[in-house]
Amino acid sequence: MKILLSGTASDSHTWNLVYLRLFLEELGYEVVGLGPCVDAELLADACRRHAPDAVVLSSVNGHGYRDGLAAVRRLRAEPALAALPVVLGGKLGVAGHRQDDDVARLLDAGCDAVLGDDLAALRGFLAVRARTEVPA
Amino acid sequence: MTAHPAGPAPSFGAFVTASAAAGRLVVQPRMGFGDPRAMRDGLARTRAATAHTAGTLTVDSYTRVGDLAGARAAVADGTRLNGYPIAAHAPATTRAVLDGLHGAGFPVQVRHGSARPEPIVRALLAAGLDATEGGPVSYCLPYGRTPLRDSVAAWVRACALLAEGARPGSTPHLESFGGCLLGQLCPPGLLVATSLLECLFFVRYGLRSVSLSYAQQTHPGQDEEALRALGRLAAEFLPADVERHVVLYTYMGVYPHTERGALRLLEDSARLAVRAGAGRLIVKTAAEAHRIPTVDENVRALETAAAAAALEEAPGPDDGADSEVYLEARALVEAVLDLHPDLARALPDAFARGLLDVPFCLHPDNPGRSLGFIDPAGRLRWARTGAMPLRPDAAADTAPLTADGLLTALWHVAGSYDGRRAPAGEPPDGPAPGGGHDHSSATPLTV
Repeated sequence: MKILLSGTASDSHTWNLVYLRLFLEELGYEVVGLGPCVDAELLADACRRHAPDAVVLSSVNGHGYRDGLAAVRRLRAEPALAALPVVLGGKLGVAGHRQDDDVARLLDAGCDAVLGDDLAALRGFLAVRARTEVPA
Repeated sequence: MTAHPAGPAPSFGAFVTASAAAGRLVVQPRMGFGDPRAMRDGLARTRAATAHTAGTLTVDSYTRVGDLAGARAAVADGTRLNGYPIAAHAPATTRAVLDGLHGAGFPVQVRHGSARPEPIVRALLAAGLDATEGGPVSYCLPYGRTPLRDSVAAWVRACALLAEGARPGSTPHLESFGGCLLGQLCPPGLLVATSLLECLFFVRYGLRSVSLSYAQQTHPGQDEEALRALGRLAAEFLPADVERHVVLYTYMGVYPHTERGALRLLEDSARLAVRAGAGRLIVKTAAEAHRIPTVDENVRALETAAAAAALEEAPGPDDGADSEVYLEARALVEAVLDLHPDLARALPDAFARGLLDVPFCLHPDNPGRSLGFIDPAGRLRWARTGAMPLRPDAAADTAPLTADGLLTALWHVAGSYDGRRAPAGEPPDGPAPGGGHDHSSATPLTV
């Protein structure tokens, strides 16, 4: 199973991405890493080019809600990417606590899961996708 | 209190050089507020601290990424910014912030983190300032996706603006951030080389006063070697009439969580700066592991560092031996200069060929084949060197890096100062360039 791992548009943090890549590879996934500051257009391009089985977005700079929403909307606007599993992790806002309204809007926009910093939940989310993956 | 002689032409570099000659370490905070009154208050209290201080004006992240419309909109609607939007406020506003504070006895540096700094340089000159920092590599590779060649071209223009735009009689100053890069887990030879190469670039494009940076890493002896190597290489490669000093950054990676651990790390950095002949120290606060520090916390950090520095012996003469850090840095510098005498061409070429390769850096223009590790003695060494003209350490663990191994390495310093190891399974606070530049490591490393 191939995972596309990406930072969000305004977020230049990278240690989270370095760590997640190792974490995902150790779970046995193939990882394509896009690095930091990936805007919605670049993300959509990369999804078309790499055809991942799931997208993991990581945002820690406090703009996760805003940037994540733009990213998910852009992917869902494209028929070929409409069903691609997308999970957003990290921080949604600067407040440091989970905003239920923000989570609801992200899910409405087509995000499959909003996970905060729960690595076990990420592992579970991907395990379900891996099991349901149609063999090539 | 420090005496603050009034004078018309404060020069950042001359101030640090004179302080060093008098045996006083200049200490400087990271500090930026969107509101001009808060910014002025922060500068005033930095100046009044019981320490030999320089002031800092850190810009916000909208301005950093060149979104000046965003910065102006935030000022207009009263949004709290994570720094001072120097290009959004009128020059008169910034002059009023500085009035009566900025002077010969209290120079102020503008800190930003921008790969395209021309608007920031124009704004600081318009406000009567002439000291800033960064670099074509160090403010590009760790901070996003701006192509390195674009950053180099922008920095060529920014250097010319700064060199030619300052008031008559003043000497503009530019510090390289090259000794910091991603903040941690980069062996010092590459940090020293990057800082020196950027200063050579600054001089090539018109600057006559520069500083070479280095961020405290994992081993005091190795850090001292690195600081001495910086001074020696600067003497060997920079023209003799270029004013220069070395600036140390208190540890920039995952910071100790205990008050006591954070304090000890700060004090050790101040002693290291004095012992190794650095002229200036950028401090960090105990609060930084959790959030952006207050002015009070910054003042405490400045005073703590100054007190520790005052009790440290002045540096002894260099024994002249070629340390490992010196030799590595020199090999890298010479390999890059061999490509082309103009660093605006040589630096991008060096990354394209892999002669420079920053570990853990995800920028598309970084080769990404190098890897550092912490050896059993606590020194940072090379596990892999890619195409750099360096040898990997023979003692390098050949096992591949794991997620847990990365956490252990990122936590190494914090754990030793807190007297504990990384909590198993808990992601650390991320050492975090970008976002709130200069407020690094306040953000949790999460999914």
